Amino acid sequence: MKALVWHGKEDIRCDTVTDPEIQDPRDAIIKVTSCAICGSDLHLFHNFIPGMLPGDIMGHETMGEVVEVGSGVDGKLQKGDRIVVPFTIICGECDQCKRGNFSVCETTNRKRHLADKVFGHTTAGLFGYTHLTGGYPGGQAEYLRVPYADATHIKVPAGIPDEQLLFLSDIFPTGWQAAVQCDIEPTDTVAIWGCGPVGQMAIRSALLLGANQVIAIDCLPERLSMAEAGGATTINFETESVLERLQELTDGKGPEKCIDCVGMESHVMASLPDTLLDRAKQMVMAESDRPHVLREMIYVCRPGGIISVAGVYSGLSDMLPMGAFMNKGLTMRTGQTHVNRWTDDLLRRIEDGEIDPSFVITHTVPLEQGPEMYQVFRDKRDSCVKVVLKP
Amino acid sequence: MFHFSNIVRTKGDPKIVQGGPSLKQPADQLARALGWFSIGLGVVEFLAPRRVTETLGMEGHETLVRAFGVREILAGIMSLSVEKNAGLWARVGGDGLDAAALLSGLTPDNPKNGNIALALLMVGGIAMLDYRAAQDTKPRRPPRDARRKLYPNRSGFPKGIESVRTAARQIAAHAGQNEVKQGDERRVP
Repeated sequence: MKALVWHGKEDIRCDTVTDPEIQDPRDAIIKVTSCAICGSDLHLFHNFIPGMLPGDIMGHETMGEVVEVGSGVDGKLQKGDRIVVPFTIICGECDQCKRGNFSVCETTNRKRHLADKVFGHTTAGLFGYTHLTGGYPGGQAEYLRVPYADATHIKVPAGIPDEQLLFLSDIFPTGWQAAVQCDIEPTDTVAIWGCGPVGQMAIRSALLLGANQVIAIDCLPERLSMAEAGGATTINFETESVLERLQELTDGKGPEKCIDCVGMESHVMASLPDTLLDRAKQMVMAESDRPHVLREMIYVCRPGGIISVAGVYSGLSDMLPMGAFMNKGLTMRTGQTHVNRWTDDLLRRIEDGEIDPSFVITHTVPLEQGPEMYQVFRDKRDSCVKVVLKP
Repeated sequence: MFHFSNIVRTKGDPKIVQGGPSLKQPADQLARALGWFSIGLGVVEFLAPRRVTETLGMEGHETLVRAFGVREILAGIMSLSVEKNAGLWARVGGDGLDAAALLSGLTPDNPKNGNIALALLMVGGIAMLDYRAAQDTKPRRPPRDARRKLYPNRSGFPKGIESVRTAARQIAAHAGQNEVKQGDERRVP
């Protein structure tokens, strides 16, 4: 089969690989009908997240049709079922899964000794990601083996196009969880840094959850226009002062809730010296993340407010203003998304026509064009916001 | 290369049968080679500055050579990073400094003028490669003033934003009423 394979920094190729096989009775194999490139795939593309090996298949936003099931799937899936595959692999049985903390499932990381060493405790296995999270082959391919398939799936009905359902795998529940973590109240202003695909979903989620005002921060006109279309007031940080505008828009009090949809590769600008220093340190491997957005959020957030982190961080961040964080009594909530905790509700909202997540797709291309699209997406060429691949 | 990566695959995981084309350009390979060359030269300059100054007849300039070594290492690391273009331009600038330093040692009383001339020739050759690689690895991001498509009609709400706001307000009001009711019930002795 064809698959997008990581060969090294900025080197992803469309290779021919052997087809996946059932390895465990709880496995299923799906024929992929749609998959997407995620912003966090770019961290792997840049080799900023440790633990990738040449030959790893990329992709963790995938859906398709079940073509084979293992004997232990217990009738929960059958050939011909249409499923979206959550990016977190879950067993559904461990203590964390029972609490709904699916992204920290204690069972599914098959290389847990690595995660135990690096993070202190293992987290869930993830598709198409680093070997710290199991090194499972990803879904940017014609076929995908789904481990623990009896639990790791979202069954979806026929009649709704892939494009509306695909993002249940990651970015929609990720944006949703980022907003839910904010405990939004009807008087709240929610400020969202980053108007990429997750940021766009967070904007819509904050509105659905009843925020009074949503403010979106980015520098790309196409993303700001999409944010505005979704009901946000926008700030272009290249032409305006984020601090001053946020003060203006909140009567000098600061936003009650702040969401980071940027993560470890924040924009580098000469007018923001900390971003230059972070970039230099990241280059010589003295720091793994560029946490400018975290610093800014802590500074502008209203005392007593909540900071929700959906953007991916991989390791060590320097110079976080813990004094401000502590003295302002802020709360920070983070985490990879507990996808299955949210998907029943989100699927219902899609079915009811409350939201159509396909608004974010700007490019749909065959799988073979995937390597080029990584570059287009990274360089923000052709006003690219979200790429869907069709095997 | 993929044969090696197949060896470390977990048993049962897909293995590469036939590699697809790489999008890496010759300029990327050149940038990589120059990056490693820069680091190698920088390490020599930093660890053995005396050997360098003796070869060039420029004794007494060891500190300068060490500083140039640090510069070479940093430019090399940058050339190997995602920001390779900046690293390569840093190398072009460094080549200029190298040439200036070498020219300052080209005096009539220096018995190693021949070595300096040879070094200048090498710096010139490397500078051409650096310049070529820097030109060819220019970031392909669109310029700031490039025309962009805008997406003013992509709300994502098939029923419109107002209906979302109204629904959210109704839910909040309903939740508020429930809270008041529960509060009243708690107050009842």
